[in-house]
Amino acid sequence: SATLNVDLQTDATLQVDISDALSERDKVKFTVHTKSTLPNFKQNEFSVVRQHEEFIWLHDSFVENEEYAGYIIPPAPPRPDFDASREKLQKLGEGEGSMTKEEFTKMKQELEAEYLAIFKKTVAMHEVFLCRVAAHPVLRKDLNFHVFLEYNQDLSVRGKNKKEKLEDFFKNVVKSADGVLVAGVKDVDDFFEHEKTFLLEYHNRVKDASAKSDRMIRSHKNAADDINRIASSLYTLGTQDSTDLCKFFLKVSELFEKTRKIEARVAADEDLKLADLLKYYLRESQAAKDLLYRRSRSLVDYENANKALDKARAKNRDVLQAETSQQLCCHKFEKISESAKQELVDFKTRRVAAFRKNLVELAELELKHAKGNLQLLQSCLGVLKSNT
Amino acid sequence: MAASSDRIPPPFPDTEEPGVCDMADGDRDEGEDIFVICVYGSFAFFIVGGGARVTSVRKKELSTSSGPPPSSSVTQSPAAMQPSSSLQQLEEEEDEDIFDVDVAVTNPEKIGYVLCPCICFQTSLAMFRSKAFSVRRRYSDFLGLYEKLSVKQSLQGCIIPPPPEKSVVGMTKVKVGMDDPSSVEFVERRRAALERYLQRVVSHPSLLQDPDVRDFLERDELPRAVSTQALSGAGFLKMINKASDAVNKMTIKMNESDTWFEDKFQEVENEEQQLRKLQVVVDSLVSHRKELCGSTAVFAKSMAMLGNSEDNTALSRALSQLAEVEDKMEQLHQEQAASDFFIFAELLADYIRLLGAMRGCFDQRVRAWQRWQEAQSTLQKKREVEAKLLWANKPEKLQQAKDEITEWESRVTQYERDFDRIGMTVRKEVLRFEKEKAKDFKGQIVKYLDAMLQSQQRLVKFWEAFLPEAKAIA
Repeated sequence: SATLNVDLQTDATLQVDISDALSERDKVKFTVHTKSTLPNFKQNEFSVVRQHEEFIWLHDSFVENEEYAGYIIPPAPPRPDFDASREKLQKLGEGEGSMTKEEFTKMKQELEAEYLAIFKKTVAMHEVFLCRVAAHPVLRKDLNFHVFLEYNQDLSVRGKNKKEKLEDFFKNVVKSADGVLVAGVKDVDDFFEHEKTFLLEYHNRVKDASAKSDRMIRSHKNAADDINRIASSLYTLGTQDSTDLCKFFLKVSELFEKTRKIEARVAADEDLKLADLLKYYLRESQAAKDLLYRRSRSLVDYENANKALDKARAKNRDVLQAETSQQLCCHKFEKISESAKQELVDFKTRRVAAFRKNLVELAELELKHAKGNLQLLQSCLGVLKSNT
Repeated sequence: MAASSDRIPPPFPDTEEPGVCDMADGDRDEGEDIFVICVYGSFAFFIVGGGARVTSVRKKELSTSSGPPPSSSVTQSPAAMQPSSSLQQLEEEEDEDIFDVDVAVTNPEKIGYVLCPCICFQTSLAMFRSKAFSVRRRYSDFLGLYEKLSVKQSLQGCIIPPPPEKSVVGMTKVKVGMDDPSSVEFVERRRAALERYLQRVVSHPSLLQDPDVRDFLERDELPRAVSTQALSGAGFLKMINKASDAVNKMTIKMNESDTWFEDKFQEVENEEQQLRKLQVVVDSLVSHRKELCGSTAVFAKSMAMLGNSEDNTALSRALSQLAEVEDKMEQLHQEQAASDFFIFAELLADYIRLLGAMRGCFDQRVRAWQRWQEAQSTLQKKREVEAKLLWANKPEKLQQAKDEITEWESRVTQYERDFDRIGMTVRKEVLRFEKEKAKDFKGQIVKYLDAMLQSQQRLVKFWEAFLPEAKAIA
């Protein structure tokens, strides 16, 4: 099978992106825009509006499709979560009376910027999911995918009914129990044995790193917020009078304002380049683990089918049935193993490339910001020292 | 502006081995620790620009035994939060008086349960017994000094710098011998605060002349100061506020021909309020920065783990390098947090207390006015009594009345003079204070910004070193 393009840049035959998004009270509406030369579609270019639940429906349909058992299913995008941001905006509104007009305006701008950043992120994550699907040689042909892209009515998949939710719950329970079982069985194939060991450990460590990076970035944001308030406070002190000291305070306040903006950008860039990267690979490594699990399951099925065939031959009953069943299981297992191998190799290639890109960008941005800060401090100190 | 110069303080005179501490006779009172004040001769090359107020800060290892001999080299304390090892304060020319006084408080040596920091004092002023000397002092001695000065100088209208606050928790931990970062930090904080306190005292022209101050600096042993409970942190503020309340309850309102005092007082109150607000935020910054330290360290470890399990060699290497960068960043954050605290936060705390002291001065002036007014009304009453006696023709009592009138006349004159004098002193003090304050704030904030600048420079280096590693991933 073809090697997946690392950069997920789709060819002209199928290009998907999210061209617009609208945040309403409870939901986000994504405008999914498609450009395609494939004959499957009625037009060459078209757009539909989709909500998060429809993305999940599409993802789940891939997972449930036996044909795709041998592929890493691109991880579903996380649900848009504006709760925290909304809460903060609300609290700000309630506390409006207790702060000066400037403080209030400043904080409001901050929170609005934060809201916008979260919004952009959720759009990006939904887009990446679609692009991964579109880049996959097999998944891109999926009928549900085409319906998702083209059907300009509501897909009516919102809110699974209770029965379905319970089914999901039990499926997951069984899966994790199986997961434990499967992890213990040593694979005859060295490649898969290595991958299993690797993925189990890697996934846990990425999970840990992701959580810790979030905490670190949050502390960073908190410190930047404090510097913001210090700047305001110094400004107030500086406007009390027109003495030398007051002028000094005003200059320092100005410096802190600027330096704080840079610090906030540093935290935001760390979030995008590092935290989001780790989160994404947390989900991808889980999807890879799921693939291994499916392969193990099919191996178990194959082994069971072998045993059933032996029994049938021994009793000389239903032999044909058992042979057919065994052949099917064998075929399924081999098919999964073959595509899984390729998928896992591609996963590694993608992972290495993504880390490289993000780490390089992170380093470049950190450098840029540190140099920016440095310049601000140098010029301000130059002025302050020469005035005394 | 005069340039700073690095200097290594001269070695301690032999007689001042902190190992020998005869006050360690089992006194374990609350807040008792012994400081050593040592005084150096003045060295011509330390005096710049005709006047000098130079201080040095020396850190020594805390020891719980009878202590190693003091070394003249500066060593880094094991504390997590430490300013740089050899600080030099910038000096300026004084307008009238030329000072030649240098006071430093060094880290306490612990002998038994008692801390004995060293106070180094340097002068070429003739009034002191020698050019350089050191003494050991307890924390309660500092409080005692403040108490004495307040009592005397309060009538003069001087701004007496308040000493650092008592802390039962901090001192107990130190006594018990805990060497954890927070108690080391406490000791350093206390040391620096005492140093600033003494610096302010000796740089005040009138206070330096005060015999109690001289005793404090020079005498080998001071009588134990008692009743310093009133001077705990909360106590100090309570005292000031009680005085303010008394003034506010006055029925006779002062009629100011000159609004300077009223305006200034209002300014002081506003400023105190603003500084308090700023202090809250700076405290928040300190705690968030410490949090950032912790979470960065934890993150660095988890990145190292991730690097270990990554099976692509180049990427694995890069992730380990990233973990190292994050470790270095943690170090930076720690230093930044120390800077936030020791430079910025403590500055604000000091000035909030000093502004409180200044309010106290204004209140003193008002009270002086009150005394004068009361004396005048008493005089008036005495005159009325005399008039009545004349009318009633009682010669025996008349003489007494006349005597009383004379007495009260002189009192009125005295109190009026006192009031005028306090007024002048307060004005002078306020102007001097404002100059000091401007210098202090500018100096400290510039120092703070310098520390930030150094941080950023190192940050640039870290990321410049990492970038090629990231690019090498294949």
